[in-house]
Amino acid sequence: MSTTPPKPPGYQLPEEHYLNATYGIRSWLLTTDHKRIALLYLASVTFFFFIGGIFATMIRIHLLTPAGYLVTPETYNKLFTMHGVAMIFFFLIPSIPAVLGNFLIPLMIGAKDVAFPKLNLLSWYIYITGGCFVLYSFATGGLDTGWTFYTPLSSVYSNSAVTPAVIGIFINGFSSILTGLNFVVTIHTMRAPGMTWFRLPLFVWAQYSTSIIFILGTPVIAITLLLAGLERMFHLGFFNPALGGDPILFQHLFWFYSHPAVYIMILPAMGVISEIIPTFARKPIFGYTFIAASSIAIAVIGFFVWAHHMFLTGESTYAALAFSLLSYLVAIPSAVKVFNWTSTLYKGSISYDTPMLYALGFIGLFLIGGLTGLFLACLGLDIHIHDTYFVVAHFHYIMVGGAVMGYVGGLHFWWPKITGKLYPEFLARLAAVILFVGFNLTFFPQFILGYLGMPRRYHNYPPEFQVLNVMSTAGASILALGYLLPMIYLTWSMRYGKVAGRNPWPATGLEWTTASPPLTENFDVTPVVDWEPYDYKNRPDLGLQTPTAPTLAPAHGDD
Amino acid sequence: MSEHIVSPKIYILIFAALMILTITTVYAATVDLNAHFAGLNVIVALLIATCKAVLVILFFMHAYYSSKRTKLIVFAGFFWLAIMLSLTLGDYGSRSWDVH
Repeated sequence: MSTTPPKPPGYQLPEEHYLNATYGIRSWLLTTDHKRIALLYLASVTFFFFIGGIFATMIRIHLLTPAGYLVTPETYNKLFTMHGVAMIFFFLIPSIPAVLGNFLIPLMIGAKDVAFPKLNLLSWYIYITGGCFVLYSFATGGLDTGWTFYTPLSSVYSNSAVTPAVIGIFINGFSSILTGLNFVVTIHTMRAPGMTWFRLPLFVWAQYSTSIIFILGTPVIAITLLLAGLERMFHLGFFNPALGGDPILFQHLFWFYSHPAVYIMILPAMGVISEIIPTFARKPIFGYTFIAASSIAIAVIGFFVWAHHMFLTGESTYAALAFSLLSYLVAIPSAVKVFNWTSTLYKGSISYDTPMLYALGFIGLFLIGGLTGLFLACLGLDIHIHDTYFVVAHFHYIMVGGAVMGYVGGLHFWWPKITGKLYPEFLARLAAVILFVGFNLTFFPQFILGYLGMPRRYHNYPPEFQVLNVMSTAGASILALGYLLPMIYLTWSMRYGKVAGRNPWPATGLEWTTASPPLTENFDVTPVVDWEPYDYKNRPDLGLQTPTAPTLAPAHGDD
Repeated sequence: MSEHIVSPKIYILIFAALMILTITTVYAATVDLNAHFAGLNVIVALLIATCKAVLVILFFMHAYYSSKRTKLIVFAGFFWLAIMLSLTLGDYGSRSWDVH
């Protein structure tokens, strides 16, 4: 097999770009280029995804049998805790903002870099430092409190390595805050001439909304976990009733951040979907203003709903009633997005390239995850399904079916821009289908298990639940294949993939007007934006006006 | 954007005000205000602390001289804090209510 990557006529990699501008490990570890920092994050979050994935695999293998023969009950507690901590704090929360956001926001708004490039690099080092503390916790006995760190279990009774984990998450919070701050200032101050607020790509609106949550919410979780750690280390009475504290106060403070954290995960994915859908439907997105406003609405309303996690943990009935009603409100901006995406598809010239498969998968899975969230927001029904596998299935439909599908779809969509290369389209489509099937086989049975009463976080279960658990484990193995395939062919494509050209899909965003991979400075000259977002009618430069025009590279590598 | 230069006189005045308010806090803690109204000691201490925080934010952190956008961000921070405190206290306050 030839090792020379084939190149479509007319397309060559630019001689100098951000990947080859400088060489050596030092040039990467001291870089202030937002694109390189994005790749540092890509490698780091992928590492934590692997760690979390290993724990998930062990959980599913353990649950193959009702008695659970693989690990002891104590170890099982640690497995689901460490799976949650690794996936939520070190993969899901930073994934789209820190990887795709870092790479794309300056490109999308026509800037050379983010507003504070050194802070951007610092945020990665803070993330790595926090990650090291958490890995230390995993390696020195593990963690068994659940990712929620509920007190007084975490602050008094747990014999596991809670302290380093709490310190690690506290440190990691500053990484999120700096990233959010950087994005807000960048979007406010560094937009290219003509790039007005309502010409911003919807991905940028989503990142802006996410950044608001980062800045306003993260300090609360950081200080809350620090207080729990101080109570554990120095016996200060914050949450322990024996010391005059209140455990419900911990839950209020924890969920004040951690429910909006769900929107940190899903909002950027919604931004990705808002870019993919119009590109592969070849028409302007329906209801641009409403989608942009709904991102802000989700970020704001998301801060009013946290105590729906506490319906059965001792909060007052009246507060529960209020939070139940408020929780329903989030469905409105979420539904606005789904209706607008489907309206965009209506009469579109749809092509089923890999990113579009992920986007369509996202819509279906997010719909199921979102609607089952309404079940859980319902006070009466929540009493029945609280802390069951129904909840596990619901949040995996949002976090994996939504956020991870968006992330993987986004990686495929912008991979040609990031690397300058195309991936093998057939394999990529196959992986998308495998992922979709594997995901549903893993998590849909868990809705039924939960509805039938199987509690979450138990290491064993009655024999009548075995069939559904075996289905779930079988699905998890398919899901794992669906994740491994992209890791393999995307890595392969970096060396052997076809040269992508500037705009292989073609898409309308500013990032597609520069070279692939981009220059270190992003653009040869500062771009001037004189077109509306997602406008396919008035963009002859995209080559869509004349179908026979040979100005475009094939959209995928196997053609 | 050029930075607003604050005269040392302003800083000294604010510092003096903070010191006076600190002394007031200490003095108020020694007086049994609760005898007049339950919880008044805490309310007075919090009011003085709020005044001090406002002075620090407005003058030491230059919010007073900043753009409207910066003021909006400062306000948002407190608004979010208010959301957290009010809804959490809503739970604590309503726990003793009867449910029929």
